Amino acid sequence: MSEKALEVFIDGVLNYFKHTSDNKIKVGAPYLHNNTEPATLDYTGIIGVSGSYKGVVYFTAPKVLLTHLLLSLGESDTSMENIADLIGEVANTISGNARSEFGQNFMISVPTVARGRLSEAHVPQALRSYVIPIYWKSYNAAVVVCLEQ
Amino acid sequence: MSQLFKMMIVDDSNIIRRKIERSRDASIFDVVAVASDGESALQQLEDKTPDVVTMDLTMPRMDGIACIEAMMGKNPDIKVLVVSALSDKATGIEALEKGARGFICKPFSELQLSDALREMVGVGNV
Repeated sequence: MSEKALEVFIDGVLNYFKHTSDNKIKVGAPYLHNNTEPATLDYTGIIGVSGSYKGVVYFTAPKVLLTHLLLSLGESDTSMENIADLIGEVANTISGNARSEFGQNFMISVPTVARGRLSEAHVPQALRSYVIPIYWKSYNAAVVVCLEQ
Repeated sequence: MSQLFKMMIVDDSNIIRRKIERSRDASIFDVVAVASDGESALQQLEDKTPDVVTMDLTMPRMDGIACIEAMMGKNPDIKVLVVSALSDKATGIEALEKGARGFICKPFSELQLSDALREMVGVGNV
């Protein structure tokens, strides 16, 4: 995956957080990570990708970040259902926005939400992922891109 | 006094449905139905007879494009505003060709959504 392609997802994250009440988000340097131990936090929203690229894109975050993000988006209901809904929606938005660069053949699934560690079924074991670290307020999260052409 | 338009919100995310409901001008748009997928939206269509629909595209069971096409077959006067993360031009054009009247991309601000709804029904900002 090229640096330019990775920037599409970085732009997607920055664009998403622009619409929160506190948009001071920092993105760290992406790094490669082995899929045998997927990089995950409390909740993960996973999007399956097919078509011109194949694999997964996921957004993973701690519960406290998601609770804070819900409030920041004007949503007062911070139930577990809404937290799961939010992490799926963030993953969906970042992946969907990538079609502005990759086009209509970058086909995305509806989000799947996982709690805790991802299982082997979620990410292709033969590939490695690019982890894009996210720093928002005092919290860490990540967008993880595992795609092949 | 402005005309009151009956509105349906179709999105698989509860957070987005609630955000759209908060964003619309309640003096112009009365939310009469919400649906989390295209099938559910079509089932409610005949009872609720909305004038305006906000439509997500990526949804389980029936996606937004198929739902717009089916809705137009039942009532071509419904004004559909697509609200989707799918940001490529081809998808926007496809939705418009199926009968949608407007398209806004997620993530969106409450003002963007409110303005897009007003524009679609021809009501200016006050």
